[in-house]
Amino acid sequence: MQKAIYRTVFQNRKLVLCILFLALLLAPLFLSDFRLNLLGKFLTFAIVAIGLDLLWGYTGVLSLGHGIFFGLGAYCMAMYLTLEARGGRLPDFMAWSGMQELPLIWIPFQYPIVAIILGILIPAAVAFLLGYLTFRNRINGVYFTILSQAMVLVVTTLLIGQQNLTGGTSGLTNFKTFFGFSVNSSSTQTVIYLVTVVMLALVFIGCRKMVKGRLGKVLIGVRDGENRMRFLGYNPSIYKTFVYTISAALAGLAGMLFVLQVGIISPTMIGIIPSIEMVLWVALGGRATLIGPVIGALFVNAASTGFSESYPDIWTYFLGALFVIVVIFLPKGLMGVINKFQERSKQINVTNVNKDPNSVKVGKNISGI
Amino acid sequence: MEFSGFKAINQLDFQVRPNTVHFVIGPNGAGKTTLLDVVCGKSQASEGELTFRETYNLKKMTENQIVHRGISRKFQAPSIFEQLTVYENLEIAMKQKKSLFSIMKAKNNQVDEQKLAEMLELIGLNEEKDNHAGSLAHGQKQWLEIGMVIMQDPDLVLLDEPIAGMSKTERTRTGELIKQIAKDRAVLIVEHDMEFVKEFADVVSVMHEGQLLAEGSMEEVQQNPRVREVYLGRKVD
Repeated sequence: MQKAIYRTVFQNRKLVLCILFLALLLAPLFLSDFRLNLLGKFLTFAIVAIGLDLLWGYTGVLSLGHGIFFGLGAYCMAMYLTLEARGGRLPDFMAWSGMQELPLIWIPFQYPIVAIILGILIPAAVAFLLGYLTFRNRINGVYFTILSQAMVLVVTTLLIGQQNLTGGTSGLTNFKTFFGFSVNSSSTQTVIYLVTVVMLALVFIGCRKMVKGRLGKVLIGVRDGENRMRFLGYNPSIYKTFVYTISAALAGLAGMLFVLQVGIISPTMIGIIPSIEMVLWVALGGRATLIGPVIGALFVNAASTGFSESYPDIWTYFLGALFVIVVIFLPKGLMGVINKFQERSKQINVTNVNKDPNSVKVGKNISGI
Repeated sequence: MEFSGFKAINQLDFQVRPNTVHFVIGPNGAGKTTLLDVVCGKSQASEGELTFRETYNLKKMTENQIVHRGISRKFQAPSIFEQLTVYENLEIAMKQKKSLFSIMKAKNNQVDEQKLAEMLELIGLNEEKDNHAGSLAHGQKQWLEIGMVIMQDPDLVLLDEPIAGMSKTERTRTGELIKQIAKDRAVLIVEHDMEFVKEFADVVSVMHEGQLLAEGSMEEVQQNPRVREVYLGRKVD
C-alpha cells in the first residue's frame, strides 16, 4: 500500500498537481483570513517565479531586476485603487505637494479595466524595449544581469524622487474599493485569492505548454549554445526578447494581484533585495522545472514568515543558512531531490514488474514533470 | 560559389563545386578555419567579394541569414545540446521556418518524421534517439552534429576537423558519412589527417600563410614542388 502511494505520488505528477490545485481552491474553508491573505500573497510570488524560470531556467538569461516589472504592475493597480478610494479628489500626497489637478499619467488609471490592461502591457513594453536593445546588441550573460540590476536602482530612485506623482517612499496605500467591492472585506479577499489561484494555474499550464513544445527545446538551445543556434538559423535575440517580455508581463500580473491582497506598494517592496529574492525562489525550487520555482516561492516565503514569527531577531540567519545549504548540497534545487526519488521509484517498479533488465530503459530522460 | 580575394586571408581566390568533397589542408596558421569563419558569417571579410550561387552576397548577412541561404557549418568541438535528446537536437536543427511564431506552432508532419528517421539511420544513432545527447560517446556526438548540419538541407557544408579525436573505425565511418552527404551538396572540410584526406578527397586545396598554394586531386597536390617545400615535404613522404 505504502509502495503504491509512493508510486502514484512520484509517477503521476499531473494527479498530484490537480490535488494541490484543488487544495488551494478549498483553502478558504480551512484557513483564517490572515493566513489566507498570506497564502494569496505567496501565490502571486509563485507567478513571478514561473516567469523568471522561463527566462533564467529555460532561456539562460538571469535578470536581477524583476522587481521593476512586479512593481510596474503593482503601481498600475495601486494608482487605480488610490483614485477610487479618494472618490474624485486628489490623493493626499499630491495635494501636499501642491498639485491642483490630476497629472496626465494618472488619468487612464481612473478606469479599472484600463488599469488592469496597462498593469500587464506596461511591464511587457518596458521589457520588450530593454530586451530588444540589449539582446540585439549581443549584451549577454553577466552584463545583462548587471544592467537589469542597475535598472532596479533607476526605477526605485525615480519612484522615490517623484514624490508628487508616486507617493515617494511611503508608496501607495489606504485602498477602499475594487470595482465597488470593499477590498478589506473577507469575501472580496476570498474572491481575489481564488482569482490568484486560477491565474497561477493558467500561467503554469500556459508556460508548461510552451516549454514542452518545440519552443521549449529552442529556448534550451539558446541557453546552452546561443552561437550554435545562430548557425542553425535561429535568431536568439528574438527568442530572448520574447521570453523576457512574457516573464515581465507575468510579473506585472503578479504585482497587481499582490497589491489587491496586501493593500500597499512602496519602492522598498520592489527594490534590489526583493528582486534578488525572486531569483532565489527559482534557484531553491529548481531551475527549468516550472513547478520547482512555485514550490520555492511558497517554501521560502512560508519559511521566512514562520521564522520571523517564532524568532524575530535571527530569522534572516535561518534564511541565509537555508540558501547556503541548498546551493551547496542541492544544486538542482528541491525538484532535483524529487526527481531523484522519482527515478528511484521507477527503478523499484522495473525490478518488481519486469524481471528482464534489458526490456525497459531506466531512469533516462527525466526532465521536469 | 566564389570567394575572391579576402584581405584577411590575403588574396585568397577559390571556388567550391557542387557534389564534391573539397578538403582544405595546410600548416597551422594557414587561415583554414578563418576561411570557414568568413564564409559562415562568424568573421567579416574586410575586403573582397563573397558570393554564393552568384546571387547572394554573404558579406552583408548575419549568421542565421546565411544558414537560410543554404550554408551550414560544423565546428571543431562538438557543440550539440547535451540537455536535449538526440531526436530533439535533430528536430530543432531541421530545415523549417525558424521565426518565433512558426516555432511556437511547430509540429512534425509525416515528411518531417521520415526525414528525422532517415537521418537517425544515416548517422547510426537510432538506438540512442531518446537519450540525452550529453550521454553520447565523442564520435557519436560528432555524427549527431553532422546530422544536425545536414538536417538543414544545405547546399554547402563546412566541416572543421570532423575526425579529431576519433578512433580508426570511427574515422572510416565518418568518411563514409561524408561521402554520403556529398552526393547532394558540396562539402568543404578543414582537416589535418593526411590519410583521411587521401582516402576521401575529390579536390584538395593547400593553404599557406593565408594564401592558396595549390589545388587539385591529392596526387596532383602532392607532386606540386611548392607544396612539398612548405608543407607536405615536411610531413608526408
